[in-house]
Amino acid sequence: MNAMDTPEARELSYAEAIREAMDIALESDPRVVLMGEDIGVYGGAFQVTGDLVHKYGTDRVMDTPISELGGAGVAVGAALTGLRPIFEFQFSDFAALAMEQIVNQAAKLRYMLGGAVSVPLVMRFPAGSGTGAAAQHSQSIEAWLAHVPGLKVVQPSTPEDAKGLLLAALEDPDPVMIFEHKILYKSKGLVPAGHYTTPIGKAAIRRAGTDLTIVATSIMVHKALAAAETLAAEGIEAEVIDLRTVRPMDRETVLASVRKTGRLLCVYEGVKTLGVGAEVSAMVAESDAFDFLDAPIVRLGGAECPIPYNPDLEKAVVPQVPGILDAARALAKGRI
Amino acid sequence: MPDTANSDTNLPYALRAYSREDLVGALRKMFLIRKFEEGAEDSYTRGLIHGTMHLSIGQEASAVGSCMSLTDADKITSTHRGHGHCVAKNADLGRMFAEFFGKETGYCRGRGGSMHIADVEKGNLGANGIVGGGLPIAVGAALTAKRLGTGAVTICFFGDGANNEGAFHEALNMASVWKLPVVFVCENNKYGMSTSIERSTSVKNIADRAVAYSMPGVTVDGNDFSAVTEAVDAAVARARAGEGPSLVENLTYRWRGHSKSDRNRYRTKEEIAEWMERDPIRRMADLLVSHDILSEAEVGALEAETEQEIRDAIAFANQSPAPLIEDATRFVYTEEMA
Ligand SMILES: Cc1ncc(C[n+]2csc(CCOP(=O)(O)OP(=O)(O)O)c2C)c(N)n1
Ligand SMILES: [Mg+2]
Repeated sequence: MNAMDTPEARELSYAEAIREAMDIALESDPRVVLMGEDIGVYGGAFQVTGDLVHKYGTDRVMDTPISELGGAGVAVGAALTGLRPIFEFQFSDFAALAMEQIVNQAAKLRYMLGGAVSVPLVMRFPAGSGTGAAAQHSQSIEAWLAHVPGLKVVQPSTPEDAKGLLLAALEDPDPVMIFEHKILYKSKGLVPAGHYTTPIGKAAIRRAGTDLTIVATSIMVHKALAAAETLAAEGIEAEVIDLRTVRPMDRETVLASVRKTGRLLCVYEGVKTLGVGAEVSAMVAESDAFDFLDAPIVRLGGAECPIPYNPDLEKAVVPQVPGILDAARALAKGRI
Repeated sequence: MPDTANSDTNLPYALRAYSREDLVGALRKMFLIRKFEEGAEDSYTRGLIHGTMHLSIGQEASAVGSCMSLTDADKITSTHRGHGHCVAKNADLGRMFAEFFGKETGYCRGRGGSMHIADVEKGNLGANGIVGGGLPIAVGAALTAKRLGTGAVTICFFGDGANNEGAFHEALNMASVWKLPVVFVCENNKYGMSTSIERSTSVKNIADRAVAYSMPGVTVDGNDFSAVTEAVDAAVARARAGEGPSLVENLTYRWRGHSKSDRNRYRTKEEIAEWMERDPIRRMADLLVSHDILSEAEVGALEAETEQEIRDAIAFANQSPAPLIEDATRFVYTEEMA
C-alpha cells in the first residue's frame, strides 16, 4: 500500500505509528498483551507505549521487573500457549541478557518439536547510536538475530512501515524481531489509518536510479536518500533500496536492481564485518547478477569498535552522508 | 580503617569507630557528591553534556558510609547511578567531569561517559550500563582476592531493581558456596526507574533474599551515615576474616528523576518532599555538630570549599582536549599504550 494514495493517511511520528499499531492490536485481539520495562505509567523509555496503559490497564500493558531473560521467556511461553505478546526491550542491547530464550527457545521450538508448535512472538528493540548513551545502549545487533534460522528480523525506516510491519508481525505465526531506530522515533511521515500490513520479506525501492544501487537499512535509508539527491545534481542516479526485512531477505528486488545498475553499495549501521551488508554482498556475488557488476561491491558499515560516548567519535564510527557520497562517487566513476 | 577513636558505647557507631578527621572527611565527600551532581545537572542544562545521566542526590550516605573501612586495595563495582561511589572511592573530580564532557583527560578518555566511569587504581572497577552487570564481576574480584591471598574485600553496589535479574541470584549463590570476600550493598531507593519494589519484587526487604543464599542480610536506614557504616563495616570485617559474603540493604531515595527524561509520573510530590526531609547530608552535619566535632560555621565553610572544588573540576574538564577522531577504534584490543 502506498500512503500517498490513501485518503485517510495522516502525518504521524514513527513512535506514534508503532503505538497506533499496538492500539489496534490490543483493541481487536484479546490475546495481545504488551510486556516490558517501564511501558506502563512511564510510557516506555522512548514514549512508544505512551498512554496505552490507561486505555487497556496493567493486565494487558504489563511492566515487568528488570528481568530480561525471564521476561522474554515468559513471552515465549505465553506465545506458545495462545497469547500474542509484544515484548519491548528497553534498549536492544539488553537482548544480550535474553539471548537464551530468543535463540535457543523461541527460534527453535517449532523445529525441535517437529512442527508440533509455533511461537507467534513479537519483540521490539530500540536500536542504534546517536543518543550519547555509549557502548551498552547504542548497538545495532540485527545481524546477531538474523543469523538464527527460525527468527524473522525487520528494520522499518518509515512510520508507515513501522506500523505495517508490526501488524504483519502479529499475524505471522513465527517469532518476529523488530529493530526500531531510536533516532527515527520522532521522525514524521504519512501513515494510513486503520489496519493494514506491510509484507515481511519485501524490500521497497525508495528512489529509482540507473547508475548504482544503494541497499540501505533503517536510518541509513534516509542518509542514502539525502546522498542520492546530491548525487542527482551531479548527474549520478542512484537507486535506493530500503531492505526493510533482514531475514528473510528480498533477493529478487536487490538482484533486479543490480542487474540494472551494475554497481552495489551497501549502507548499514551495524558493525561492517559479518553484518547485514556482508549477506547482501554475498547474495549478489553468488547470483547471476554478479555478471552484471561493473565494479567491486562496496560496503559502508559501523567501525570495528563499540559505540563511543564522545559525540564526534560517535558520529565518526557509523556511516554519514559525506561518506556515502564519497563511496557512491568513486563507485559510479566511469559511468558518468 | 575503623579505630577505637572513642569507646563510649552510648555514642552512635560512627563516632566510636572513626576519628574526627575521618568523620569530617566523610561529610566533605558527601558534600562533594551533592555538588558534583548539581554541577552535572547544570552542565547538562547548558548543553555541555551529551547523552543522559543518573543522579544520586539523596543517596550520599550510602555511597560514603559503605566505603568507610575500605582502602585503595579494596575493590568496588558500581552502577549506572555511580557518581557517588566514585567520589567515595576517592576519584579525581576533574577527570570525572572530563569524562562527562567526552574529553581525552576523562577516566575513560571520553569513550565511556557517565555510565562507565571507572578508577581502577583506586579499586573502582567501574559503573555499569547494564543493570546487574556488576554483580558477578564483583564475585570474580573476590575470587581473585581469595586465590591470590591479597586480603582485599569487594563491595558490590546495586539497586533494588537489579535484584530481579538472574545475575543477582547466580552471583550471591556462587559467592556463598565459595565463601568469597564480597559485600553486596543494595541501594534500595524504592524504584527501578518507574517500577516500585511492591510491583516488581516478591519480598518486602531485599535483605530477606540473603536467607536463600545462606548469608547474613540486614536492612538499615541508608540515609543514616552511622547506621550504614555500622552494617557495612561489620560485613567487610566478616569478609576480611574469611567468613564469606553478606548482603546489606540501604534504604534510601533519589530526589531527582531516574534520568533526564523522567516525568515522575509514578510517585507523588509529597513522597519526594518527605524524603527530602530526611536529607542524609543534613543529618550527618547535625550528628557532627551535636557532638561538637564541627560547628555550624565549619559545616558552612566545608560546603563552600566543596563548591569551589567542583568549579575547578568543571574548568579543568572544559579546558581539556577532545579525543582524536582517528583514535576511535583504539582500545578495542590490548595494544601498546602511547
Ligand atoms: C539489563 C538492563 N535492563 C534495563 C536497563 C535500563 N535501566 C537502567 S537503570 C534502570 C533502573 C534500575 O533500577 P535500580 O537497580 O533500582 O537502580 P536505581 O536506578 O534505582 O538506582 C533500568 C530499568 C539497563 N540499563 N540494563
Ligand atoms: Mg532503585
